[in-house]
Amino acid sequence: MSGSVQDNAQAASALGAIESAALRSDRFRLEREADWQRLEAIVRKMEKGRLRKVSDEDLLALPGLYRTAASGLSVARETSLDAATVAYLETLVQRAWFVVYGPRTSLAGWLRSFFAGGWSAAVRAIGADVAACFAILVAAVAAGWLLVANDPEWYFALVSREMAGPRVPGATPEMLRTTLFDNADQNGLSVFAAQLFSNNAQVSILAFALGFAFGIPSVLLLVQNLALLGAMLWLYSGAGLTLDFAGWIAVHGTTEIFAILLSAAAGLHIGRTLAFPGARPLLSAAAAAGQRAAVVMVGVVLMLVIAALLEGFARQLVDTTLGRFSIGGFMLVMWCAYFFAFPGTRRWREERAGEGGTR
Amino acid sequence: MARKERKARKPRKQAPGLGRTLLTPEGISLSIAIASRGARFGALLLDLLFIGLLITVLSVGLLFMAGGAASIERTLSSGTTSGYALQFLMVVWLIVLFLFRNAYFLFFELGPRGATPGKRINGLRIAARDGGRLTPEMVIARNLLRDIELFLPIVFVASAGTESGLAWLAATAWFLIFMLFPLFNRDGLRAGDVIAGSWVVQAPRPKLAKALSVEAPATTDSTTTVSEGPKYRFGEEELAVYGEYELQALERVLRDTRAKAIEPVYHTISEKIGRNDGWGDERAFLEAYYTQLRARLEAGLRMGVRKADKNTEETR
Repeated sequence: MSGSVQDNAQAASALGAIESAALRSDRFRLEREADWQRLEAIVRKMEKGRLRKVSDEDLLALPGLYRTAASGLSVARETSLDAATVAYLETLVQRAWFVVYGPRTSLAGWLRSFFAGGWSAAVRAIGADVAACFAILVAAVAAGWLLVANDPEWYFALVSREMAGPRVPGATPEMLRTTLFDNADQNGLSVFAAQLFSNNAQVSILAFALGFAFGIPSVLLLVQNLALLGAMLWLYSGAGLTLDFAGWIAVHGTTEIFAILLSAAAGLHIGRTLAFPGARPLLSAAAAAGQRAAVVMVGVVLMLVIAALLEGFARQLVDTTLGRFSIGGFMLVMWCAYFFAFPGTRRWREERAGEGGTR
Repeated sequence: MARKERKARKPRKQAPGLGRTLLTPEGISLSIAIASRGARFGALLLDLLFIGLLITVLSVGLLFMAGGAASIERTLSSGTTSGYALQFLMVVWLIVLFLFRNAYFLFFELGPRGATPGKRINGLRIAARDGGRLTPEMVIARNLLRDIELFLPIVFVASAGTESGLAWLAATAWFLIFMLFPLFNRDGLRAGDVIAGSWVVQAPRPKLAKALSVEAPATTDSTTTVSEGPKYRFGEEELAVYGEYELQALERVLRDTRAKAIEPVYHTISEKIGRNDGWGDERAFLEAYYTQLRARLEAGLRMGVRKADKNTEETR
């Protein structure tokens, strides 16, 4: 036993100090090579999205292999002059890092947590902006009304002629009435709904994205859309149809205008953060605000789908003001309850608390 | 912070100015490379091409079906059923257009590769700027902003093109501001990246991974020659002439399977150290020299002694 050790020592000394040292970095590599290759095979499978082909054993080993490779990299950087090995390890660790720190949840899993509380929490997080936008909304409707009441010429500045159609100042109450009721036999309701959705969704994404210019265009877009509403409200109230028009709007409006309000608030939130980042660095503050607003925006697109369905079908098929009001009112109460009174399911809250703890 | 660390490390030869060091949550420093603006532009063009192709194929397909529905209508002239079929196709078309415009990027960037097909072809992917996890929120935020950066100004430019010079100018300015945004910050962030806290980095190529299996025999070769007892032994002063830079140049020559460079390199080294006994056996000579030079330099490393290249003295 001791003899063999002596033999080894003699052999090593026979090779000379330089040669035995030369083995060190290569020995280091040869000892770990199998682990690295196993890690690479797992990473390659996961990159291709074949998560099912990765065995449970491999999946459990992944974090450990990743850390081993990473520490191997830092040792190799300090002790090995084998450029190819270091370069290989650098890319391997980077790829493994992308896999280990890739999106953790699938899209479906993310949507589940989104409905279970993420959405309403995000809306509450930008609550101040929502309140500000609501004030602007009320002011815009009032401004639209007052402008047109003072000078009907303003009507065409707010409502384009092609959009107005028969709904122009001076139209008889009967004509206005026909625009509100008796459209159930109209053909192509579903196409109409899809068009409405696509159009509205694009407007709301625009309102959000324009937040990048410090939120001002987001607010302007809100003002323009709501001033139009104010002007039309004036027109119908002149014909004594205030309540009927309100019902006609309320069917989908409580959902749609809420959605546009939220998207403008999301835009304003980003703009406000860019202008006044507070104590944090600008870029990280902007990123936090942008991610919060993005969650709100996914919800806005969903709300617009519902609004388009309501506008395309419910409004045409429900022909009484009372029925329209009850649908619109129900939607409004539901949205408010969901956003402001729903703290998230218990499971979601526990998961979130767990995440906050580990971060 | 990143800049200081970058100076400490050797800049990447293949991509000057693009190297960054990222600190992962475990405290491991990873060196990554930012995507070049050219590669990103190319990736965007490819993606737009793909979207265009998909939309064209789908529109043509739906038109065929719609044409079939129209001819049925003519023959049957009943109207209602084919009318509903046409309506349904219209709805599908409208929704598909919306999805292609907004969900194409989302879908691919949320996948395990974090890249659209265009990005993948150009070897890019997106990552979180802070070294943490790439979240769905980031991907959504950066792609929602794409609308004002890209699609909206294009529509404006196209629609305002003939009518008014001023509107066209404004739309073009808008387009250019966002298109040129990545040129005016160090990390090549576009507006969407700023909002999302993401950035676009070079994804390591799978090609590099193959290198190991190719190299493995080379390493075992060099170790076996050593354990057998080297044919060529070099003295301290013969090894002391070169540094790390030359060692890595020699490594590249030895790993290159085309042996053209072997001979001139052999001549240079044998001249420098003043011995010529490896004549006719250049590769073995150079391998032995490489192994012993590396052993010497690595032994120095462990003692904290470095020699960067042949012109510099050993530094502690």
